[in-house]
Amino acid sequence: MSAGTLTKNRIAATGGRGPKFAVVRFPGSNCDQDAYYVIKDVLGKPVEYVWHQETRLKGFDVVILPGGFSYGDYLRTGAVARFAPIMDSVRAHAERGGFVLGICNGFQILCEAHLLPGALMQNVGCKFRCEFVTLKVENAETPFTRAYRPGQLLQIPIAHGEGRYVCEEATLQELEANRRILFRYTDAQGRPTPESNPNGSIANIAGIANANFNVLGMMPHPERASEKLLGSADGRGVFESLVQAAQTAMR
Amino acid sequence: MPQVKVIVTLKPTLLDAQGRVVQDALHSMGYASVEQVRMGKYMELELSAQDNANIEKEVKEMCDRLLANPVIEDYRFEVVK
Repeated sequence: MSAGTLTKNRIAATGGRGPKFAVVRFPGSNCDQDAYYVIKDVLGKPVEYVWHQETRLKGFDVVILPGGFSYGDYLRTGAVARFAPIMDSVRAHAERGGFVLGICNGFQILCEAHLLPGALMQNVGCKFRCEFVTLKVENAETPFTRAYRPGQLLQIPIAHGEGRYVCEEATLQELEANRRILFRYTDAQGRPTPESNPNGSIANIAGIANANFNVLGMMPHPERASEKLLGSADGRGVFESLVQAAQTAMR
Repeated sequence: MPQVKVIVTLKPTLLDAQGRVVQDALHSMGYASVEQVRMGKYMELELSAQDNANIEKEVKEMCDRLLANPVIEDYRFEVVK
């Protein structure tokens, strides 16, 4: 139902070549292998791990900051990781127009690094929420969502204690006006209700892009929902979108 | 040796989820007069005795860059000589 057979065929036709992904590993990353697996085994695309102490990020089209508890998440989530040696290269990659996908802790790091606006705070209710949620694709015309239909509802799991997105009112208006909110938590009918908001995020925000739409941060884990066997393949569209977008950029 | 005491608090407009739990606990213990609890962070920095003139500027920079997140937090500090 997601993403499209067309994309799958196109991937098969390239014989495993195509855009190259980097998965950055911080001490405490714990979704790095899931992301690597999806790129390599589910999509059949080249992917490499990059250690946080590295300073080079050359030759990659997409950089993934995976989920986990980088540096133990001491002080604030992502606060220490943003000063890791690799982060200067991640910033440079983003400034060159390269794609950056921050998932969960990766989203928190991107906010701390000011590559995305706002911040992620402790969930309302203080619970660590680990469950499938419904997400609505609010903008399907981005490099991260083009494999989806506008308004498509996705089943993707969350697993976080600090996922409450907050930002200033002016920032929220800017995010809304420029359609930079790519995913929202909704009910089964696609309505962003308080009940369907698992963490108290402002405007039910689950994922936002930067102004140039080449950096995405999202709390839900698409890498954990990329195969039917794992309960949902709805997250695969994020990676398929990136493959398409990066291939277009390469031409 | 100069010591710096740093206090970081959430901006007043933001919901303090932890503070709310503590507030509820105090209420359930019978302390009905508690109207609000806000949690924060307290840090002590020990600095080597050096260029004392720049301490304030340097600590402010540390707070802005790492110790606090200006998007959601306020901070204040005191240099104890």
